[in-house]
Amino acid sequence: MVESKQKRSAPAVNAPSAEELAALRPTLITGGKRPGDVTRDICEPMDRKPTALWWAAFSVSLAALIAGTIAVTYQIAFGIGTWGLNRTVGWAFDITNFVFWVGIGHAGTLISAVLFLFRQKWRTSVNRSAEAMTLFAVMCAGLFPVIHMGRPWLAFWMGPYPNTRGSLWVNFKSPLLWDVFAISTYLLISAVFWYIGLIPDLATIRDRSKPGIRQRIASIFSLGWNGSARTWHRYETVYMLLAGLATPLVFSVHTIVSMDFATAVIPGWHTTIFPPYFVAGAIFSGLAMVLTLMIIARKVMQLENYITIVHIESMCKLMLSMGSLVGLAYGTEFFMAAYSGNPYEQFVFLNRALGPFSWAYWTMVSCNVLIPQVLWFRPLRRNVAVVFVICIIINIGMWFERFVIIVTSLHRDFLPSSWAHYTPTTIEIITFIGSFGLFFTCFLLFCRVAPVIAMAEIKGVLKNPPRSKAPQESAKGDAV
Amino acid sequence: MTGPPEEHSCLLATFDHEEDLLAATSEVHRLGHPIVDVFTPYAVHGLDRAMGLRPSRLTWVCFVFGMAGGLGMLWFEHWVSALAWAIDVGGKPWNSLPSNVPVAFEAAVLLAGFASVFALFWVARLFPGKKYRPVIERVTDDRFVLVIDQADSQFDASQAEALLKPFNLVDLEERVLSTGGTS
Repeated sequence: MVESKQKRSAPAVNAPSAEELAALRPTLITGGKRPGDVTRDICEPMDRKPTALWWAAFSVSLAALIAGTIAVTYQIAFGIGTWGLNRTVGWAFDITNFVFWVGIGHAGTLISAVLFLFRQKWRTSVNRSAEAMTLFAVMCAGLFPVIHMGRPWLAFWMGPYPNTRGSLWVNFKSPLLWDVFAISTYLLISAVFWYIGLIPDLATIRDRSKPGIRQRIASIFSLGWNGSARTWHRYETVYMLLAGLATPLVFSVHTIVSMDFATAVIPGWHTTIFPPYFVAGAIFSGLAMVLTLMIIARKVMQLENYITIVHIESMCKLMLSMGSLVGLAYGTEFFMAAYSGNPYEQFVFLNRALGPFSWAYWTMVSCNVLIPQVLWFRPLRRNVAVVFVICIIINIGMWFERFVIIVTSLHRDFLPSSWAHYTPTTIEIITFIGSFGLFFTCFLLFCRVAPVIAMAEIKGVLKNPPRSKAPQESAKGDAV
Repeated sequence: MTGPPEEHSCLLATFDHEEDLLAATSEVHRLGHPIVDVFTPYAVHGLDRAMGLRPSRLTWVCFVFGMAGGLGMLWFEHWVSALAWAIDVGGKPWNSLPSNVPVAFEAAVLLAGFASVFALFWVARLFPGKKYRPVIERVTDDRFVLVIDQADSQFDASQAEALLKPFNLVDLEERVLSTGGTS
């Protein structure tokens, strides 16, 4: 663009050339790739037969999914009395898992929408898989409240539709209903965002595949995309609109999830800090999960030139800032409890740190606040093995955060006579493992059938790709 | 945009570098030769200005449907909670505006998002099963094609070649294309 402006106003002095501007940008994709190389590098793993490692991972995931399906069938058949819940602790493992998975989903939208609006070009290497991860995580999340209903075949009662019961409508004043709308909107918009991003890449696959089933499928789903600049122009507008819509959406979804708790009167839940605290925690856990997956993918699929150490470091910085926000929220909660003068509130927080679930609380603090502090050090941020271990630790810590919030607040509230303990049953644990099975089965299938990196976006951020052949004329200015 | 397809004699100039295409397109546009379209493997920034395209009006679709979704849902929530079957929930007012906001917001986002995407499919004529022939083979891989209408410009292949060669022209081809339905 700079170049063309120069041509119009011929004697442009001191205006930087496109090459000079490009030199200022950091190199995102290494290895001197040209657009054609990108197509080949990303598409070739799909042409090959799956590796033994892929089959091993897929078998384990599928086994976990099957075990989970059996557990879910069992609890639907016999009722949720098969869980360890009691009259005091009425929400525990399942809602913990629900919040855990929704939270993981948030990083996908953060990377695809929020970082898009902030013009963070490094997002192009990770946005496709982060969006896929969002979709699968939200699917896993949605399962838990549905199972918790006890009669999941009546889940459609949550929809506001004219019915033979009155019509008796849904209660729009309930945050649980807001959640239904928030999660379904989030799932649908994430799916659309992901699909829109896939269309140009599906067209690339259609054009490079030999006639056959893959080409036919790519042809149907690429909707006749031909790369026309007029279509690109509109496409970019819609992509920007979707990013603009998804940004407040991602904040609203976890805000509403936090209101499931914050609008209750239970000490430990009834706080105004919950929405920002939950959103920060969600993005924190999601980034840890994206990074876990990306570190595996770059190794297994040889994508080191696309997901470079710069990408990993950028994500570590984001993770560190989100982790610090989460740490601040932990501190603020304690301060507010002390400052409120409310004995119930004060008791709940002392009970968290020193009571029967203190092991869970201190696991949470160590995993989410203490250990991630090593990310302040550049050599450690750039050490893939260290980052991988920290990501796993954060994932564990963030699961415990939800467990601590839900179970420790419920198990001892106002009346000591109703205090109780909670232990999960095998069924609950297998269901949780099953949700990991669902997540990884979907993700591994996605790696096989769709390009894991957004080719059309990566090609746009290549820095000065080398020309395929020598220029025919050296001076471009001759024509002017 | 929706006129009947017309046969046009066109020049297809192929480039293999984004910057060559950008410079060539702005030059062709500056000289006033009608550009039928440009085909690129990815969104080239600045190409809309180089081609002289106006900003897309799809933002209006997003705005109108977002408003319709939000206001429509607010009205529906009011009708459900205060008119059709009013239920006292914890002594809150029947038509409690703050508690109606979250769902109305979600409805606004959902409708605005879906409407924008379907409007894009509509105006860009993207649909499953659309008949498709790539303008050149590698256009969704790594080639950039500038399509210039020859019909009403005094412009032949040799002139075009002289004009575009300094921009590292890779290939120049004359072809009859049916336009009209393509934009």
